[in-house]
Amino acid sequence: MPKINLNRTPMPKQEAEKRASSFQEVAIGYTLDMAKAEASRCLQCPKRPCVGGCPVNISIPDFVKSIVEGDLARSIAKIKEANSLPGICGRVCPQESQCEAQCVMAKKGASVAIGRLERYVADWERTQGITMPSLPAPSHKKVGIVGCGPAGLTAAASLARRGHQVTIFEALHSPGGVLVYGIPEFRLPKTIVQGEVNFVRSLGVELKLDWVVGKTITIDELFGEGYKAIFVGTGAGRPQFLGVPGENLGGIFSANEFLVRINLMKSYLFPSYDTPLTVGKRVVVVGGGNVAMDAARCAKRLGAEVTVVYRRSEAELPARREEVENAQEEGIIFRLLTNPVAFHPNAQGKVQTVECMEMELGEPDASGRRRPIEKKGSNFRLEVDTVVSAVGTIPNPLIPQSTPDLKITSHGTVTADDKTGRTSKAGVWAGGDVVSGAATVISAMGAGKLAAADIDLFLRS
Amino acid sequence: MYRITEKSPLAPNIFLLKIAAPAVAKKAAAGQFVILRLDEKGERIPLTLADWNRETGEVTVAFMQVGKTTRQLATFRVGDSIANFVGPLGKPTDIEKFGTVVCVAGGFAVATVVPIARAMKAAGNHVIALMGTRTKDLLFWEDRLAAVSDELIVTTDDGSNGRKGVVTVPLKEMLEKGNRVDRVVAVGPAIMMKFVAATTQPFNVKTIVSMNPIMVDGTGMCGACRCSVSGETRFACVDGPEFDGHQVDWDELFARQRAFVTEEKQSLEQWQRQMAEATAAQKTA
Ligand SMILES: Cc1cc2nc3c(=O)[nH]c(=O)nc-3n(C[C@H](O)[C@H](O)[C@H](O)COP(=O)(O)OP(=O)(O)OC[C@H]3O[C@@H](n4cnc5c(N)ncnc54)[C@H](O)[C@@H]3O)c2cc1C
Ligand code: FES
Repeated sequence: MPKINLNRTPMPKQEAEKRASSFQEVAIGYTLDMAKAEASRCLQCPKRPCVGGCPVNISIPDFVKSIVEGDLARSIAKIKEANSLPGICGRVCPQESQCEAQCVMAKKGASVAIGRLERYVADWERTQGITMPSLPAPSHKKVGIVGCGPAGLTAAASLARRGHQVTIFEALHSPGGVLVYGIPEFRLPKTIVQGEVNFVRSLGVELKLDWVVGKTITIDELFGEGYKAIFVGTGAGRPQFLGVPGENLGGIFSANEFLVRINLMKSYLFPSYDTPLTVGKRVVVVGGGNVAMDAARCAKRLGAEVTVVYRRSEAELPARREEVENAQEEGIIFRLLTNPVAFHPNAQGKVQTVECMEMELGEPDASGRRRPIEKKGSNFRLEVDTVVSAVGTIPNPLIPQSTPDLKITSHGTVTADDKTGRTSKAGVWAGGDVVSGAATVISAMGAGKLAAADIDLFLRS
Repeated sequence: MYRITEKSPLAPNIFLLKIAAPAVAKKAAAGQFVILRLDEKGERIPLTLADWNRETGEVTVAFMQVGKTTRQLATFRVGDSIANFVGPLGKPTDIEKFGTVVCVAGGFAVATVVPIARAMKAAGNHVIALMGTRTKDLLFWEDRLAAVSDELIVTTDDGSNGRKGVVTVPLKEMLEKGNRVDRVVAVGPAIMMKFVAATTQPFNVKTIVSMNPIMVDGTGMCGACRCSVSGETRFACVDGPEFDGHQVDWDELFARQRAFVTEEKQSLEQWQRQMAEATAAQKTA
């Protein structure tokens, strides 16, 4: 038996200098040889702990084995039994804390690069033409899905594969949720999202764009139109702000606005596209999560010097390690243990300086992380042209406001059973960020899948 | 795609459009707005509703040519389609029997005020409508506004029609005379709404204004439209667009509205160049 390589096959990437001015995808992807080499690191261990680490339980050892055998068609078929959006998940899932964290090889050196392999197989399929799964006889039962993010798309695909008549209602002009409006092109090319959305549509799912449920139509009106079950996957899209003076000055954006302008409206191609965005020379991004990293890396690509301001230390940065490293490689400056306390305007009412305080870490708080405490008298100012505030989001209130009998938590999330997605309202299921608060693509997909299974049972009973 | 079923000029640079959008027409109410996008490269802009017809499924909007998008929209003809048309968005005007309601329209916002006045009157209010423009050429829909109000006062800045001066002059007179006014609703340019609010404040008359900040999605997920009202951050697209004019931070609104003036100019100039080239090419062909 050949000796197993303890190191993972590295992912080829664009060079840092080049990519800091380009919206092209940073990771280039494996070649077939690289994929086979990486796949052969899998021990095919009988316990398959990786499968339990995957929120949608992909048969990981099986799809990996098929790569070693060179049967990519079988490999993708295995993945798609559990996951309709592999090209997306292979790129944006935090595998290091899910499947790969459970991998036996992780203890020996480095886990199998499962995410990169998933991505490889999905990309291979895209160049081959997608194979359609066979669908059962139609049930003629109408299901409405509200929101076309990963939760809604997954629920829609699972229900369509069980023969139901599915319609997705999406508020925006483009399907995909955060995948199209939030996550930048250089991490997740929009053609890939488009391709995977098209796959879901090819299962017979109808997509109604420009439909704001709660405004254009309410959930109760959908029941009136013959929908037997409704799944709410509206995400957690409403931006929060710090609540400090000067926060609404010109030149201060929520990360959502900043990213929507860039990703959804393509303002980086202005004036060829109509939506403008100018960042100036100095950009400060407030926050330390993945959203902050995406905003910072976008600002860098628009030509600015970018500083990330975060109130805790490097160890507490909530962003994926890989994203922090990518940002650092691209020349983004981190001012850690620093917190904005006010924004000050120029004569035109546009932000000119960010007043910050230095912080130190005290005792752990409820989240288990050490609580940041302001150092008295440490105030200082950073000169800026643009500020992006990436300090969290909560669910949009339109559905709760228009559905009085839907139970909502004090955080604004919809209350739903975590095994079935059932809400307090008969015939209504919910899942994804609207239930969990801002989380991950794959957890939203997992919730969509669970709810679809329960909706299917309900429709059959 | 949403088809244009009617287009007519209302005044120089101001047009009315009817658009086939049955789902929007079905739910539309006074004070709400839509977001539209002309084509794949277009920006999303808000326009307030001027009218709707639930039977034919048409929605009416009025707009003035200002920037690139509105100028491009003015080139669209009946039968053409626009890519996206979403609504009705925002909260409808708060309609109740208040007593005497003064509905103030500045410029082409008369199109928005007509349905508001109509709903106020239907709710049993005594409606006094006040409309003002710079000059008589810019006036339209006096007849429609008259039809849905009990009294109509017209002002023009230059005195070419109705009373000379701005709308706040007759409004102030009314209040000073001690005429009973239970509520004022003002829609128009931000500066006009600011002055209406300043006029009514000393008399403590509740004054509702329709905020018109920059918007992107119009569904509450970007915060571009945020305004400070009573010192709190509110999103005009979902928490408004109507707010208590006495509580609004107007200077903040003005500064936020100006965020992209340079880019807006650049976009318009590029489009005008392209149009000129296209026309020249057509002539030589
Ligand atoms: C910038 C950014 C980067 C991220 N990076 C990652 C990452 O690398 N990896 C990862 O796993 N996760 C990442 N996340 C988180 C992840 O994107 C979300 O957890 C996931 O998209 C949630 O899916 P969802 O389907 O619940 O909601 P969303 O993706 O938010 O989709 C909800 C959809 O519903 C629509 N909608 C909302 N209200 C209505 C309504 N009333 N009527 C009709 N439609 C409505 C919205 O327009 C939207 O399209 C990131 C998030 C952001 C913002
Ligand atoms: S326009 Fe985006 S939140 Fe209001």
